[in-house]
Amino acid sequence: MKSISILEKRKSQIYRKGTDEFDMTCEKKSLAGSVSQRACVFCGSRVVLYPVADALHLIHGPIGCASYTWDIRGALSSGPELHRMSFSTDLSELDVIYGGEKKLEQALLELIEEYKPNAAFVYSTCIVGIIGDDVSMICKKVAAKVNIPVLPVHSEGFKGTKKDGYKAACDALFKLIDMNTEPLEKIPHSINILGEFNIGGETWIIKDYYRQMGVNTVAVMTGDGRVGDIRQAKKACLNVVQCSGSLTHLARKMEVEYGIPYIRVSYFGIEDTSSALYDVASFFKDDPDIMKNTTRLVQQEVKNLLPELEQIRKDLAGKRAAVYVGGAFKAFSLIKALRHIGMEVVLVGSQTGTKEDYEVLKDMCNPGTVILDDANPLELAKYVLEKNAHLFIGGVKERPIAYKLGIGFCDHNHERKIPLAGFEGMINFAREVHETVTSPIWDLVPRNGIKG
Amino acid sequence: MIKTKPYTATRNACKMCTPLGAALVFHGIEGTIPLLHGSQGCSTYMRRYLISHFKEPVDIASSNFSEETAIFGGGANLKLAIENVARQYTPQMIGIASTCLSETIGDDVAMIINSMDTSSIPAMLVHVSTPSYTGTHVDGFHHAVQAVVEQCNPDTIKIKYKPRAKKKINLFPGMLSNEDLRHLKEIFMDVKTKMTLLPDYSERLEGPSWVEYQAIQQGGTPIRAIQEMNLATASMEFGSILGSVRKKGEKTAGSWLEHNFDIPCVSLGIPMGVKATDLFFSHLEQLTLKVIPEKYKRQRGRLIDSYVDGNKYVSKKRAIVYGEEDFVTAMAGFLAEIGVIPVLCASGGKSGLLKQALDEIIPKNILKQVSVHQGMDFTQMEKHARELAPDFAIGNSKGYPMARHLGIPLVRAGFPIHDRVGGSRILHIGYKGTQQLFDTIVNTLLRKRQDTSDIGYAYM
Repeated sequence: MKSISILEKRKSQIYRKGTDEFDMTCEKKSLAGSVSQRACVFCGSRVVLYPVADALHLIHGPIGCASYTWDIRGALSSGPELHRMSFSTDLSELDVIYGGEKKLEQALLELIEEYKPNAAFVYSTCIVGIIGDDVSMICKKVAAKVNIPVLPVHSEGFKGTKKDGYKAACDALFKLIDMNTEPLEKIPHSINILGEFNIGGETWIIKDYYRQMGVNTVAVMTGDGRVGDIRQAKKACLNVVQCSGSLTHLARKMEVEYGIPYIRVSYFGIEDTSSALYDVASFFKDDPDIMKNTTRLVQQEVKNLLPELEQIRKDLAGKRAAVYVGGAFKAFSLIKALRHIGMEVVLVGSQTGTKEDYEVLKDMCNPGTVILDDANPLELAKYVLEKNAHLFIGGVKERPIAYKLGIGFCDHNHERKIPLAGFEGMINFAREVHETVTSPIWDLVPRNGIKG
Repeated sequence: MIKTKPYTATRNACKMCTPLGAALVFHGIEGTIPLLHGSQGCSTYMRRYLISHFKEPVDIASSNFSEETAIFGGGANLKLAIENVARQYTPQMIGIASTCLSETIGDDVAMIINSMDTSSIPAMLVHVSTPSYTGTHVDGFHHAVQAVVEQCNPDTIKIKYKPRAKKKINLFPGMLSNEDLRHLKEIFMDVKTKMTLLPDYSERLEGPSWVEYQAIQQGGTPIRAIQEMNLATASMEFGSILGSVRKKGEKTAGSWLEHNFDIPCVSLGIPMGVKATDLFFSHLEQLTLKVIPEKYKRQRGRLIDSYVDGNKYVSKKRAIVYGEEDFVTAMAGFLAEIGVIPVLCASGGKSGLLKQALDEIIPKNILKQVSVHQGMDFTQMEKHARELAPDFAIGNSKGYPMARHLGIPLVRAGFPIHDRVGGSRILHIGYKGTQQLFDTIVNTLLRKRQDTSDIGYAYM
């Protein structure tokens, strides 16, 4: 077999546990021509703000950015569904020459009149930064007329990486929170849920756990999100941050400005979900009932899960998995969750992990595991083959790599339709992995020796 | 025509941006990797979009602009990207398409490439200008085909002899499905005529499972064959709109070859429906001087016989047709042929030629019931459709929310099909493709009638 070569400049972003000295490079721009799995600044902002269902999301730029992000997340709403629409100023050549400010203003006024959103987010795409439209000024002008918050999101695609897009989204959210100058009283035993996007209804599962524990949820950012709730976020006693890569920036800002502490959690897998709930419970020490409720909840949920997980584990024991996800925090959880069903992780990587993240990954993994930062299809294929994985966990762009090579696949990205978070999600996850890994079709694929 | 209020913003667009079309074309050329000169996001979004339709790897490289690149120009990044793509993929060709960003800062890709030391790069470099703020993905598609043909057949080529006796045809099919492309190859094989199909992504974007990883999937139009296009007997270009564009004097792949190498070019609509397919086969007979095999006559006979069997289920039914302008024109022509009234023909494209194209293909008595809209998005379409009492919609899967809101079935055809498997295996063209479309439409209407009936008979 012709071996896949790794670009010289990419080598420092690949680490093999046990043989290499750990000195991974990360958090840098993708190498030109490397076919990164990452997207851009705009993508980062768009994914964070997307689930705010009663806000208008207007993408200022030529049509592509809006077309490719129309209704692509499985982020559910219990009410309005404005977030599932794709709005674009659809800039044409003349707009590029003469500027798009007028068009943006007109578009905003019309859309706000028609859809009556509770806030509007205006995303700047690449060329907006170049043609020099003053998006902030237009937003201010329109906000004054329509009396709702109109927030610019500075997400020009080329101005950094996806992480900078997260930051731009956090800045917009912070502005929304900070605008609210009403005197806000703290709600006792209350939290904001950050970095939870209600994919397949995950927010509802998590919120219900907190309700059972006796903890009040003020705002979720941004799953099943509402502008009104987000504006109340100062009332919470604690910020509970999942998907730390995207929303830690906001949590830090809220800690500095409003003195709201934050903790980082994950709701994937039994261990991490349990720790998340226990961590929140221990924060509210003043009410021992909360811890009591939590213990009861966790014990009951785990008891419900175990018999089926045990069954699944029998079939999956010893099988190998590859994991490539956006944020490294999710990878930590997945490694643990996979262990729970008997699987070993042989390849793990992320688009946006930090040095500390990769240190943690290194410590969690078995010797021989390959760790990748900002990988591309060729690298992923190379190591998935070398490690002879039975399962690949990733998103849409990773799926064909797995499938072409005759490897099972689990979508753990934003397009999926089933909840994988919480205890309920753990069972869904185990079932999905079980369904794909034990499918009889793998016996037929050519890589397993069956000739066509 | 019913008027819809002009709206500044585009709401749920019925189009994509130009570089996507170009990237697809490059995936239809052997050993070629597309490289977008712009932000990382463009490549990634388009990959995701194409993967969701084809269910295959669709690698697209990016020159990955940074802030400095946007200020100082993208030359250095583009060079680095070309080198890295060449190293990783060892392609025969790198297809470079610009984006809104690189165009707006004024990067001249041709100049950057020309000033590059390409001695270490064994791949041929082809470039096309595709600023996302002009036209749609279809324009990007046609421009890329034209750019590849032009750059592979420069007008400096002096033709010494013309082996016209060999009867080789260039076929520019436009944006068709994999199955359509395979069907075209089958037809030419059956008439024993050599044909260069550009682009041909039917193998690359729908191959068997792999034993080894393929950096570039097998298949695609051989570059050698593209370079020999100037030796062909004739060219055929599908797409009524593209044909009108050519008549207006704009460059297309076919017109380039005609102008520089005296290769006659025949323009015709996408062959959907009996009449359009008859026209295709008659051109084919004229160009090849071969008799169309019995097989196709049988297909045609069966198709018309099935039209008869199904006539009452489709006659006077009202359809919404949307998508690329060429697709809409061809589909509306077919629907009119079976008695369906395409009450709304809509496209996100804005060539200004859609109305005229439909005038030419749809009989007057039906045409007066047709509302034609260019530059339309799905939100306007849905609003408009409510006034038209449609029975079904036909087009890509992006029309599903509209069909759902309207409570009418959607017959999936065209690109993209993101909510079903086998989108790239839908056959639209020829007698065989028309047969499949016809059966699908009739059965969709029957199913609706059956499912919504209180009784639910198990026979028609």
